[in-house]
Formats: sequence, structure tokens, C-alpha cells
Amino acid sequence: MTRPASRPHSLYFDYPHFDFVAPAEMTGKAQRHAVVVVGAGPVGVSAALALARHGVTVVVVDDKATFNDGSRAICIARHSLEGLQQLGVDQRFTAKGLGWTHGTSYFRNQPVFRLEMPHNVDERFPPMLNLQQQYIEQYLVEHAQSQPRIELRWQSRVLDVHVDRHGVALRLATPAGEYTMHADYVLAADGARSVVRQSLGLKLAGAAHEGRYVIVDIKLRSDYPTERRAFFDCPGNPGATVLVHRQPDDIWRIDYQLDDDADESSALAESTIRARVAAIVAMLDETAPWELEWWSIYRAYTLCLDDYRHGGVMFCGDAAHLVPIFGVRGLNSGLADALNIGWKLAYVVRGLAPPNLLDSYSPERRGATLDIFAQAIKSTRFMSPPTRGHRLLRDSALALAVEHEFARRLLDPRQSQPYSYGASTLTSDEHDNFAAGPASGAPLRNHRCGDGTFLLDHLGPAFTLLYFSGDGQVPADLRATCAALAVGEEMTRLLIIAPPGAAGEATLIDDDGRWFAAYGASPGSAYLVRPDRHVCARWLRLDPAALNSAFERALGCNSE
Amino acid sequence: MSIEGLASADLECVYALLAAAIDRVGRAQESEFLVRLALLLMQAPVKVEAVRDAIISAEAALL
Repeated sequence: MTRPASRPHSLYFDYPHFDFVAPAEMTGKAQRHAVVVVGAGPVGVSAALALARHGVTVVVVDDKATFNDGSRAICIARHSLEGLQQLGVDQRFTAKGLGWTHGTSYFRNQPVFRLEMPHNVDERFPPMLNLQQQYIEQYLVEHAQSQPRIELRWQSRVLDVHVDRHGVALRLATPAGEYTMHADYVLAADGARSVVRQSLGLKLAGAAHEGRYVIVDIKLRSDYPTERRAFFDCPGNPGATVLVHRQPDDIWRIDYQLDDDADESSALAESTIRARVAAIVAMLDETAPWELEWWSIYRAYTLCLDDYRHGGVMFCGDAAHLVPIFGVRGLNSGLADALNIGWKLAYVVRGLAPPNLLDSYSPERRGATLDIFAQAIKSTRFMSPPTRGHRLLRDSALALAVEHEFARRLLDPRQSQPYSYGASTLTSDEHDNFAAGPASGAPLRNHRCGDGTFLLDHLGPAFTLLYFSGDGQVPADLRATCAALAVGEEMTRLLIIAPPGAAGEATLIDDDGRWFAAYGASPGSAYLVRPDRHVCARWLRLDPAALNSAFERALGCNSE
Repeated sequence: MSIEGLASADLECVYALLAAAIDRVGRAQESEFLVRLALLLMQAPVKVEAVRDAIISAEAALL
């Protein structure tokens, strides 16, 4: 990442300095930690917050003395915002970030595709929210600093990692010298160049894709609304592609594709960057003066580990997988990793679930990665055709899309979607034929309640049972079973959804019957939801034995 | 026969198959391949008006 030679600091963000504080290990107090998280980026700190939420004390180590430099990942998907809500940090994100619902693709300056992401009154969050990564890190770190169960250790660089049957040992370098930490488990969230991964001799496998993109942030005052704009073979970058995104603080992200034969060092020279950006800004019909914030270069990769678990070490985010930026899946899939491992590891560490609950982490999250690869490879081939055949098809599809609706379907950028854990060992098989609603394995779908709150506002920290009642009542045997489904002190929260005027103890009101319909429910239907808000079982008519069985399965009690 | 009748997943599949086939036959035989393909597709249920419209549309995109 490079900043202009005349101004080595950010135009709009003051990076804090985090002092090194000598840890207990360096003052002669040997400690053994339940969990150490390596990396204080968005994924690592989110994982720490998820662990702390479930009662686990965690240490986060990071080699830096401040946040990652540059805006980096800027598009936060709705499902990530819903996860951040669970961690208690969503309000700062939505207050600062810029939500958006649509985008436009252009071919030679003609609009050829309109991206419309689903959004309606039942959603608390927009489909996408743009926010610079340093703000994301700031909000997460400041929230972590307020958590008594989280200790952040800055300027602490992991040198190597050893795993044995007793746990994990990490040797760290600090301004005051080296020391060794011992932990039962380590979450490696230390990014694409993960030292933990390298130290264990593990390698990412996969492919590198065609096309190099220069990524530039500029400061520019403009009233253009927040949306995704994609330009193919445009006047600002003839023969190649440009992406434009708005960020808070009058910052704009411009990604432009380099010619295949472009020399990288000259392409990244400040004078070249200024000339290329000037052409793109002119293409956008923007006339206000602009300033360079930073720039970098990017190439698309689809790489991942064969297994996201190595003994007591679990890999999250870019340490586990690298995905193309097209479709904004990098940060969003990393946050899903953090939320997935957070509750599982917490329950295992606290002895509330069997250790084999952790065996589900890699199949679930690596499965998500492979699904992302399938989508992202299509997007990447469209953005940067790798062969003449692909370029002919891409350009023909773009040209036909000017007049023909069928071709526009090929231009869909396939934005990030949450993955369904339908094939997971934790998910119960479906035996009922639901007409609608999130299937077992899928994330819960939000819904606006009669009082103006949303379904996801009411989830418990642990498991939640949504029970659809015709009269607001719950059968006594079912209520007793649900009350007994606790993980330690974390009770399963019973949410009773009922029509208006139900005489019982409904907690959520379905004002107009849409909720029952959206969930394919009738009186007696129920959904059991995991702590990361994925449905692990659902029934058209629930009986207590089935609930017990699904709950045990979701905690890994039934797996081999 | 109408491409507009294909579901999105099928359309994506055709797109990938066609791109791969063009790469396999190579640039020198690309035109011949595409003409043969067009003629073979005439074996599918199709009306001459639809073919004429498709030719006009494909040509228009090149003008």
C-alpha cells in the first residue's frame, strides 16, 4: 500500500498508537490461556468478542501498534451486520457506514445491467454497507477494550507455533524481548501471510486468476448516491474494467484493471496513478478537485487450506482462505468464520459441549469457501476474461445486454450471500415439507415485529426456539423440555410468535399473518436456531423428543 | 428455440461450454466452429422468424 510522497498520512483518519504492555508471562507469572487469538484485525477481534460473549477469557496478540493501514475491505454484507449486532457493535457501523441496495453496470458508457438486492420492511440492515476497514477495526477494538474477558496485546509478533497433545505454544517477539505463551487453543486470524500457518508448514492450495487491478482511494466531494458501479471497456479505461464505490468521509474507491502487458512498477508510480484516476474521474463527470489517499495492486486468488483445523489451532479469515474481491466475500466470509468458531470453541473450552463439536468448523466453513470459489470464479472470469473464448463470450454478452434482457442475467456480480449448513453433522434432517422459510442449515431470516423491533433483536446468546402459536400458549411438556435445554447458564430462549390478541404469553406479534406465511408455519411449528443464528432444525409440528434430539445433535453430542 | 427460454443456471453453463470450445478449436477455426454450431442449433425446434431476428440482433451488436 502506498500513499502520496508529499503526504504519508491519511487525509481523514487518525490512527491511534497502542503501547506495548509487558504481559504476565514477562513478569514471572506463568499463565496458561484457554484461547489465544492471533491477529487483531476484524476477524480476530470478532472471534474474541464471540468467545467473550459466551464467557471465555481470551488474549488477542498482534504485531502492530495500530490498526491495519488503508481502507481495504469496505463492503459489509447484511448477514455480517446481523452478526455484528449479536456482538453488540452494529450501531456504530450503521451510524457511520453508507448503506446501498443497488448497482449499475455499463458497457462502453451504456447502462446494461441494474443490480437490485433484496430489501424490504422486514430487514433492519441494508443489503450492503460501505465502511472503511480502519473504522471497522476501531469499532471492534474499542468494544473489545470494554470487555473484561478480552486482553489485547499489541506489538507482539508471533515467531513460531508448536502444537502437541497438550495444547499450543507460541513464541512471541516484543519491544521488551521474547516470551512464550501456552494455550489450549489458538485462533489464527493473522491474515493472508499468516505466520501461524507458515510456522505449522501448512500451505494454501488453489489458483491464481487473470487480471491485475489497481485499487485507489481518493477524496472527492460528490453527491452521487451510494451504489456499485462497474464499467466495462469504458472511456476511463479502454478495453478493461473499472469499479467505483463510495465510502464515508467523501472517500471513493476506484478499482481499475491493468492491461495484461502493463509493467507493474510504472503502473504504480504516483504520476501514472494520478493520470489514470484523472481519466476515470472525468468519465464519471465529476469536476470537483480530488486528492489521492492511497493505492495498491490486487490479483484474484481462490486459495484455501485443506483443513481449517490443525490440532488445537483453528484458522479464520484470510489465514484460511483467499477469495477474489468481486462479490465482496473476503471480510464477510471471515466474519462468518469468527461467529461460527466463537460459540463452538467457547462451549468446548467451558466443558459444555464435547470436543468433537469443533470437528464441524472446517466442513462448515471450508464448505462455504468452496461455494464462494464457485461463484467468485464466474465473477472473476467475467471481470477479467482469462482466454479469448471467455473474452468473446463476455464482450458478446455485454453488447447483447444493451437490448436483450436474457444477456443481462450473465452480468449479475453475484454479491456475497450467507452459506447454508444444510449438510453439516450439526443440522438435523428435514422430515416436514415446509412451503416457505429458512431451511435447516440456513441463517434465520429477519422479520419486523408488531412493535417495530426485529426478530434478530430478540435472539438469545445461546440457542433460540421460535415457536409459532395460534393462541400465544406453549404446551406444558414442550415448555419444560425447552427450559431444560441449557448450555451451562445459557438457557435456550423461547420466542413465541402469535397473532394479535392472543391471550397467552406471546413474545412477538405477527400483526398481519405475513410471519407465519414467510416461515411456512402453522400453530405448533417451530425453528431451533444456533447461537450463530443458523437454523439447525425445524418442524411443522414440534414434539419434545425431537427438540431434545436436535439440540444434542447441534452441540455435537451425536457425531462420531 | 430461444435462448431467452434458458434458466439462468443453464445460460451460465452454455456460456462456459462455449468459451471453452472456442479456446479448444483455436482462433484459426473459430469462425468455422461458430457457423457449424449455428447450423447445428437449427436442428432444434425453431422458427425461421426467430433465426432471422437473432441474426439481426447479433449483427446489430457489432455495428
